[in-house]
Amino acid sequence: MKEKELTKGKVTTIIANLVVVEAEGPVSQNEICYVDRAGVKLMAEVIKVYGKQAFIQVFEETRGVKVGSEVEFSGGMLEVTLGPGVLSRNYDGLQHDLDKMKGVFLQSGDYTAPLDYEKEWDFKPLASEGDKVSAGDWLGEVTENTMPHRIMVPFKFTGSYKVKSVVKEGKYKVNDTVAVLLDSKEREVPVTMMQKWPVKVPITNYTEKPRPFKLLETGIRTIDTLNPMVEGGTGFIPGPFGSGKTVLQHAISKEAEADIVVIAACGERANEVVEIFVEFPELEDPRTGRKLMERTTIIANTSNMPVAAREASVYTAMTIAEYYRAMGLKVLLLADSTSRWAQALREMSNRMEELPGPDAYPMDLPAIISNFYSRAGYVYLKNGETGSITFIGTVSPAGGNLKEPVTESTKKTARCFYALSQQRADSKRYPAIDPIDSYSKYIEYPELQDYLNNNISEDWVDKVMEIKNYLIRGKEAAEQINILGDDGVPVDYHITFWKSEVIDFVVLQQDAFDEIDKSCPMNRQKYMLDKVLDIYHTDFKFESFEEVNPYFKKIINEFKQMNFSGFESDEFKRHEKELEKIVKERKVEKEEAVEEKE
Amino acid sequence: METKAFQKVYTKITQITKATCSLNAEGVGYGELASVSGRLAQVVKIEGENITLQVFGGTEGVPTNAEVVFYGRPPTIKVGEELSGRFFNAFGEPIDGGPEVEGEEREIGGPSVNPVRRKQPSELIATGIAGIDLNNTLVTGQKIPFFADPDQPYNQVMAMVALRAKADKIILAGMGLTNDDYLYYKNVFDNAGALDRIISFVNTTEGPPVERLLVPDMALAAAEYFAVDKNQSVLVLLTDMTLYADALSIVSNRMDQIPSKDSMPGSLYSDLARIYEKAVQFPDGGSITIVAVTTLSGGDITHAIPDNTGYITEGQLFLRHDTDIGKVIVDPFRSLSRLKQLVIGKKTREDHPQVMNAAVRLNADAVNARTKLENGFDLTEYDERTLGFAKEYSRELLAIDVNIDVDSMLDTGWKLFAKYFNKPEVGIREEMIEKYWPKEEE
Repeated sequence: MKEKELTKGKVTTIIANLVVVEAEGPVSQNEICYVDRAGVKLMAEVIKVYGKQAFIQVFEETRGVKVGSEVEFSGGMLEVTLGPGVLSRNYDGLQHDLDKMKGVFLQSGDYTAPLDYEKEWDFKPLASEGDKVSAGDWLGEVTENTMPHRIMVPFKFTGSYKVKSVVKEGKYKVNDTVAVLLDSKEREVPVTMMQKWPVKVPITNYTEKPRPFKLLETGIRTIDTLNPMVEGGTGFIPGPFGSGKTVLQHAISKEAEADIVVIAACGERANEVVEIFVEFPELEDPRTGRKLMERTTIIANTSNMPVAAREASVYTAMTIAEYYRAMGLKVLLLADSTSRWAQALREMSNRMEELPGPDAYPMDLPAIISNFYSRAGYVYLKNGETGSITFIGTVSPAGGNLKEPVTESTKKTARCFYALSQQRADSKRYPAIDPIDSYSKYIEYPELQDYLNNNISEDWVDKVMEIKNYLIRGKEAAEQINILGDDGVPVDYHITFWKSEVIDFVVLQQDAFDEIDKSCPMNRQKYMLDKVLDIYHTDFKFESFEEVNPYFKKIINEFKQMNFSGFESDEFKRHEKELEKIVKERKVEKEEAVEEKE
Repeated sequence: METKAFQKVYTKITQITKATCSLNAEGVGYGELASVSGRLAQVVKIEGENITLQVFGGTEGVPTNAEVVFYGRPPTIKVGEELSGRFFNAFGEPIDGGPEVEGEEREIGGPSVNPVRRKQPSELIATGIAGIDLNNTLVTGQKIPFFADPDQPYNQVMAMVALRAKADKIILAGMGLTNDDYLYYKNVFDNAGALDRIISFVNTTEGPPVERLLVPDMALAAAEYFAVDKNQSVLVLLTDMTLYADALSIVSNRMDQIPSKDSMPGSLYSDLARIYEKAVQFPDGGSITIVAVTTLSGGDITHAIPDNTGYITEGQLFLRHDTDIGKVIVDPFRSLSRLKQLVIGKKTREDHPQVMNAAVRLNADAVNARTKLENGFDLTEYDERTLGFAKEYSRELLAIDVNIDVDSMLDTGWKLFAKYFNKPEVGIREEMIEKYWPKEEE
């Protein structure tokens, strides 16, 4: 890239973190610039240009900035630095390493390097001399916390190249040249292990993005069984405060079957991020036995950190996820909460005096949200490998009302909807995902249906639909009982209701804090679902409605004990036997039933 | 604040609204302080030479030729041990007749703590109120509001919490306190002889509303001094944050900003978070804990102020008047402390979580029984017992006038369990029952 003269400018207007700059040369939309505040450089981004005036949003407090303060434009957009060593790090929204910052308090202008430039990595070449390559192709590999980390042709390279040389296996730093490529005009282009990419631009070095078809196991029954998430899928979790959004997201991040987890803590409580900081380096990855932190990157922009950087933080997280996807890895991206991101957009739009849309959010909010969600997905890479980004965002609807712009815009684009219900949370039925309001569009995909039926059991999808139907029936029965009174309805209503309660207690509810119950593998989910269906299909005999409740409570209790015991352990089997005994007490044998009819 | 020599004095104000005024000036920094006819003001907007000032004292009587002087620095507070026992106004000036405080001058509303430097909160703050200590335990570094209707005695409860909490310093930030409530606090603190560890920043309803905006920042800057420099545990009481938010909306309105939900500024969440997130456990032992009051209108928690607050704070406390015992209690169902898991059963006795849950569950049974009663159904013998339990539970534990330590609360819990229920009904783990179930008296 050519050295070009960088534009300079001077501050003319300051309204909180919106600053207007009189630019002395060309500026581009979304260009990064630095405002000089008595020697401290404050990072900012151009968000609107009007004649010679560039409107910039400063990623820091603007206190002390004056009219006439010097501004230096960088010539580039907001970029993240990609290379080995991104994992296990705690970044702020602009990818500055929080651990490297000095002092207890964040100082504006303390911009730390995202990678460790001194660390040496064991590089293994994957490409060889003469290979034809283009952006995103793998040149070599290093091992990053046991995970293969591919060194790729930088995404910014356009056209095709020929490999002139690749260095031998050995130890290299991220800035060392590991390969030399020749472009179409036979010019030499060096490649290091590190590259930069603008966060607002998707990385698209894949050949195809099919409809997702593979189940992504989360270990959470109410998700995996009822409303499955897929590799490369999108979903969102709206819920009023106190309904367990963050606990649920943490549970997914711990148990989901992903190679890499990127967490964007966007405008939420700092103590919740501290919980991740404290727990993740200690917790074991259930699949590898290593520490969870080794496969995790955290982007923390808590609610008290600068608002403009909050907007950038979700893009930073997405770009890091795309980088790892290009290596053929399964990435899980979580953002808590996308409402705070939308509010950051609103604050800025408001200061720019744009005409507001609903609830004073910017008019293009739905478009911004759907563009962002569309960056997730399952992809085929050019070398035939696959990679995926599964994105799950939380939404914090104002007043718990789901008819607000962020929820509605997200609902239009995300394919899974995990509605947290206050009522379930209040009655301590966790996870509080409402089984009837929530949905996964993916279960309607024939691709996924085939996958589930082939991998779990041939009639799996039918069984799931059956269970959903029973839950609705149970709800209807409960409503009838409430209206007409316990003795105003036939005993059958009570039985239908309590059978659905069995499903609720055994399948839907799960104890995120219990060592065993917190994660339920698919084969176990299948086993339990079959057991529960058996109960549902069994005819029971009751004399009066008063007998129904205590009897089913006994059944539920045995089931719960099974959930709390190791799968197929002695304890598990003991409770299973006990359960069979209880079922026999009131089971109507088929022949018996026939005889009675005669 | 006095004017220094060689400062430029401006005398041409071009625009005046109720809360702001504008003038032409040069070399002014954003967020800088100024004085307009002796009233404190802050730069909130700079457009070329045109500077907009937010006048904290209101603009009544400000003439277009008023003298305006810029201080060249943002609002500050003088910090030092001498702050203890003193009462200040929103600008940090003494209002108790005492001398000016000498000390280091610090900016208020300073930077936030780097999240990786925070420690996970882990120390219990005992208040003696069982509705809090037993069911909704407070932890150092936590932020939690009382959601209360204006007629509820939240100021009394706050004063009580302040006096009983085992904190090194208690800082009261009073926003829009009525003069009566201000005097109430002053008397209570005086009489308790606890003044040496209490510092108050007070804006009463007699003062202009915009002035309130400085109060939390003043209080929290002082709190940071004691928590960081002195490694002390500091409890900050913010009352009433609804009035603070109202002042925010006044200013944003005067500056022609587009309001969002409930006429609140679009930045309400960030504005409140900036204050509440000052609650922190520092690595060197100091901590800032915030207990706030958010008054509700008619118990509506979906209004923008309590709603945004709920998303920021770590739980909320509700007060309720219990007609059975004729006292105010801490509502066991709606109240929640999100951080209690970090201390109960760990820093308190092992049976704490179990006793807490069992008592709340049995109390829920009592609520069902009461509904049955109201609907004219017959009560079972068990229902009768739950009602008896609930009444005594309210009186001996939930009422805000209870003042006992956590162990006694747990013992009281066990005593009530044994009085009204048998062991299986309480549903606590076997080994706990063995250990703590009161031995029958011979």
